[in-house]
Amino acid sequence: MASIKVKQIKVDDPQSVSSVCPFNAIDYDGAFKINAGCKMCRLCVKERPDIFEYVECQAPKIDKDSWRGIAVYVEHQEGEIHPVTLELIGKARSMAAKINHPVYAVFVGYDIKEKALELLLYGVDEVFVYDHERLKHFRIEPYTEAMESFINENKPSIVLMGGTTIGRSLAPRTAARFRTGLTADCTILDVQENTDLDQIRPAFGGNIMAHIHTPNHRPQFATVRYKIFDKPEKIAENSGKVTLCKLDCLSFDSKINVLSVRKKEKTKGIEDAEVVVVAGRGIKKESDLEMVYKLAELLEADVACTRPLIEAGWADPRKQIGLSGRTVKPKLLITCGVSGAIQFVAGMQNAETIIAINSDKSAPILKVAHFGLIGDLYEIIPGLCQKIEAVRKYGEPANVL
Amino acid sequence: MRVVVCVKQVPGTTEVDIDEETGVLKRDGVESKMNPYDLYALETALQIKERRGAELTAVSMGPPQAKAVIREAYMMGFDHGALFSDRKFAGSDVLATSYTISQGIRKLGLPDIVLCGKMTTDGDTAQVGPALAEFLGIPHIANVLSIIEINDKSIVVEMDMPGSVELAEVAFPCLLTVNKGIFQPRLPSYKLKMATKEREIPIYSLGDYEDQDESNYGLNGSPTQVLKIFPPEANANHQIWEDGGDVLIDKLHDKLRELKFI
Ligand SMILES: Cc1cc2nc3c(=O)[nH]c(=O)nc-3n(C[C@H](O)[C@H](O)[C@H](O)COP(=O)(O)OP(=O)(O)OC[C@H]3O[C@@H](n4cnc5c(N)ncnc54)[C@H](O)[C@@H]3O)c2cc1C
Ligand SMILES: Nc1ncnc2c1ncn2[C@@H]1O[C@H](COP(=O)(O)O)[C@@H](O)[C@H]1O
Repeated sequence: MASIKVKQIKVDDPQSVSSVCPFNAIDYDGAFKINAGCKMCRLCVKERPDIFEYVECQAPKIDKDSWRGIAVYVEHQEGEIHPVTLELIGKARSMAAKINHPVYAVFVGYDIKEKALELLLYGVDEVFVYDHERLKHFRIEPYTEAMESFINENKPSIVLMGGTTIGRSLAPRTAARFRTGLTADCTILDVQENTDLDQIRPAFGGNIMAHIHTPNHRPQFATVRYKIFDKPEKIAENSGKVTLCKLDCLSFDSKINVLSVRKKEKTKGIEDAEVVVVAGRGIKKESDLEMVYKLAELLEADVACTRPLIEAGWADPRKQIGLSGRTVKPKLLITCGVSGAIQFVAGMQNAETIIAINSDKSAPILKVAHFGLIGDLYEIIPGLCQKIEAVRKYGEPANVL
Repeated sequence: MRVVVCVKQVPGTTEVDIDEETGVLKRDGVESKMNPYDLYALETALQIKERRGAELTAVSMGPPQAKAVIREAYMMGFDHGALFSDRKFAGSDVLATSYTISQGIRKLGLPDIVLCGKMTTDGDTAQVGPALAEFLGIPHIANVLSIIEINDKSIVVEMDMPGSVELAEVAFPCLLTVNKGIFQPRLPSYKLKMATKEREIPIYSLGDYEDQDESNYGLNGSPTQVLKIFPPEANANHQIWEDGGDVLIDKLHDKLRELKFI
């Protein structure tokens, strides 16, 4: 832990030294002492460098060089690989190139060997396969055991998992087992030369981003949601390999017994839509959503909402965009009466074209949008619908007028 | 049977409510409140108690004010409570938080079931539950949608997976994180409020723990550190249209045509 070191020099007015601390954490009884009130703000170091010195971590520094590789956990259902895995592989590849590390994929399941080859096409250097009948269903203990074994054997510097229901269960459990750090739902990832992972995510419930790192622990864990990063291109020539891992060190013990699996109907979610119209709290009452649906119909779009509307029960929770909803990356996204809170923006900022309709010139969404329309949505949306319909019916506007 | 539920006090303003008539935002003025997702965990425990009888304890880690959420659990029908509070717990990340809670629960004695909410509205990580289970050395099932059956030794639940809903049985002791909507949370009762007014809320601090190594708690015990905070970047190439009325509609229409969406 970092601490403040005190050099005991003679001062005429000890009171003036104590008063540099806004938390009253500097005591004087013939010698200066830092008390429990210290918040590590380091103001004292700034004001009186002659007396106070900031000393970094006394904890043993880990040897970062002995941890190599960026590993991606392969999210799948009965061998069918979830696309978030490929997005993470793409990100892992670009980071690995910077620090000259290999990219690994960890594939845990049953009867998945064949599928592992698929991953090589995306530039993975080595796929580690844990294939066993007792890994057929996702059960937390054996899956954590497989991850533990992989990490112990290969010592990766970074482990990435999708922010899905599985990743959000497996990542914290594995990270806790290694007593290491995990940052959930990162929206930006990068890597430093010293292999420290830059993890950036919205934080503190405000409109602010936090840049988080894990300076003294390995591996570094992060989860990222589906559709935050781009799917990578397949590479022309792959030189990667598939390694079947030994399983004799795994006990497969589990207190969980999966009794039955019911496949969910594959409904087309807002994640898959090419055009999305988003309703925010600028919509005053539930029945006014009608005009948003109308516009969506004309544009063959899906309708999504911000969190307050979902909480008011105006739409199905699966229609929520944002940090605690879904992430979308459509070709076109039109927001109607959405302020653009950071938690919302985290779920849509990668849309190709963003058009925002908002009556308030200072709404943060206008900084995110490619085209920001300042105006009343109650005028613009019905007007636009009318215009689209009129043009479809009568041709070019010149003919109508 | 004993059930422990983990609840957290969160800022009261992150949640917003809309007045249907006026469309105006309703803020009730409370500074902090129970994490709304934890109400579902509390209700789940109460349902278990009603169905089979159980002794319920609500625990929280936080500053002394967080006693309020334990009190709220009393008003819903909880039997016991405990607050894990110490200045040395300040600045905890997910790892340190789950470790601190795990030490507190060990102090109380490992129950048959630990319940957590799906996530918190301020942290929003959904990670404390699984990490806590690891530190308690018990299995966990995340995203529980419903409870099908409870036996003497195990519980059968439906869990939400990315592409499926799975029915699974897990032996006690175990930890479950429950989804919103598993049961409709009841309101605190005035009768219980009166009846439990005097009931104590014990506070446990580091000195009460088995592991008193300060390097495992608070900022020291947190592997992740916030390097800096900053406002999000603005989109570099954006246009603002302020033409008003029909001009705006025409421009928007033309843009959509140009982009080939209509
Ligand atoms: C941990 C956490 C997670 C969160 N996760 C999410 C999430 O996943 N998704 C999410 O959406 N939110 C999330 N939120 C909430 C988020 O912070 C905002 O409160 C929310 O996004 C605001 O929704 P809004 O833009 O619809 O409403 P408001 O912020 O109230 O904005 C309404 C906008 O409509 C405009 N407007 C009003 N009338 C008109 C009109 N007639 N014409 C045009 N414009 C008009 C106003 O100028 C205003 O900008 C989260 C918050 C926290 C703390
Ligand atoms: N400080 C805390 N005290 C008690 N329980 C907590 C605390 N933080 C998180 N939890 C529990 O863990 C769940 C997930 O929280 P989070 O990982 O912060 O999203 C919550 O719904 C609570 O049940």
